[in-house]
Amino acid sequence: MFKADTLSLKIITEIIHELYGYDFSNYSKVSLKRRLTHHANKRDMHSLADMIPPLINDPKFFSELLADLSITVTEMFRNPEFYRCFANKVIPKLKTYPYIKIWHAGCATGEEVYSMAILLYENEFLTRTQLYGTDFNPFAISAAKKGIYSCEHIEAYETNYNTAGGKSRLCNYFTEKYDLLKIKQSITNKIAFFEHDLATDYSFGDVEVIVCRNVLIYFDDHLKNRVLELFYNALVPNGYLCLGDKETLNSSQFKCVDSTARIYSKVAR
Amino acid sequence: MSKHDQCIVIGSSYGGIEALSHLLPAIKDVCTLPILVTQHIKGTRYSNIASCFSQYCACRIYEAEHSMLIEDDCIYFAPPDYHMLVSDQHKLILSADERVNYSRPSIDELFETASETYQQHLIAIILTGANQDGANGIRVAHQHEGFTIAQEPKQAKAATMPQAAIDTGHIDAICRLENIASAVKAVIERGCNDK
Repeated sequence: MFKADTLSLKIITEIIHELYGYDFSNYSKVSLKRRLTHHANKRDMHSLADMIPPLINDPKFFSELLADLSITVTEMFRNPEFYRCFANKVIPKLKTYPYIKIWHAGCATGEEVYSMAILLYENEFLTRTQLYGTDFNPFAISAAKKGIYSCEHIEAYETNYNTAGGKSRLCNYFTEKYDLLKIKQSITNKIAFFEHDLATDYSFGDVEVIVCRNVLIYFDDHLKNRVLELFYNALVPNGYLCLGDKETLNSSQFKCVDSTARIYSKVAR
Repeated sequence: MSKHDQCIVIGSSYGGIEALSHLLPAIKDVCTLPILVTQHIKGTRYSNIASCFSQYCACRIYEAEHSMLIEDDCIYFAPPDYHMLVSDQHKLILSADERVNYSRPSIDELFETASETYQQHLIAIILTGANQDGANGIRVAHQHEGFTIAQEPKQAKAATMPQAAIDTGHIDAICRLENIASAVKAVIERGCNDK
């Protein structure tokens, strides 16, 4: 019974790769299996094997599954201590450059990219920055481009923003309509969102900062190392890599800038 | 790596910190197995749960980091706002996925993944709590022939969680808190959960 699930996982991964072009073969097996199991439960399916026929026959089934396979929890100014540290330790260094690029890899629905843009705006640096937000999930990218969020969580976001050292009020960066919030254009116009798959695509070069928080935890060691190599090559010398608050980086290619905020910098080879 | 390939998992919620402060030192007195704990904690990113418990236990206590190797004589707590899973290579895997049973960390996520790795060598303990998280995890642990223990609901500060686990019909022993450690000892001495 339990071996059956492991076998199903393997087959499902192959079907997805073959038919839809997404490669999950180097994702962490345990978290991938959890996501598939939750999706099966949601559809009242009793085992992973039940997902195999619709996965082959029904592209709509796959697109719904894809949403569940990639959307991670995100929020405005998630982990506010990170933003505070970034403002104190990284922005002053970045200001020595005339113009910089920041890549948010695995940006999901965009909240953290907008948070970064607001932080840069308040530090009078947004005009000299280009931000890129990428994710492999087309639904996430389309939501990120819209920049429209439910106002349900605005209080929590406002608290995060204050803890992060926000200088005004978060709601000043939104226009409100019905129960929705839309990020203002003064923030959005320095951001480009597009699809990019860390598992299969190559990088683009010469960025000063890469933010990739709680993405590598879903990869196995092989894929994680591939992505770190890709990041290393994408960063300018001494460029910054920002990870999630429970991700540890043991690599001679990066040195630690702040161990609590998990900010690292590229060591020149 | 852990030399026993055996492991204890504990799930607790409301009233859990106090229960754990009695239970963890008692278990450490009878064995050196690794202990993985999912205690529901509200919000705050930087918790001090690991350092809180170091006053009760002499062993190493960690708030889990992603990819940590599970070692003997250590206690690992799920960090706030992350699920803690167990990989087949005996590593702790964190996930920021959606809440399960309204909880992140979720006890089910720990118990179910630990069951797959440790199979019949797992001891799963469910303590006080006011929701039903962990009940499915207990069922899965038992189906993998692990040994399952619930705190006596009458004694628990909140009875719902141990009761929900008992109601699945997959609990091997219902114990008062002070008797759980000796039950654990008995299971270990009997060898790999020969039921």
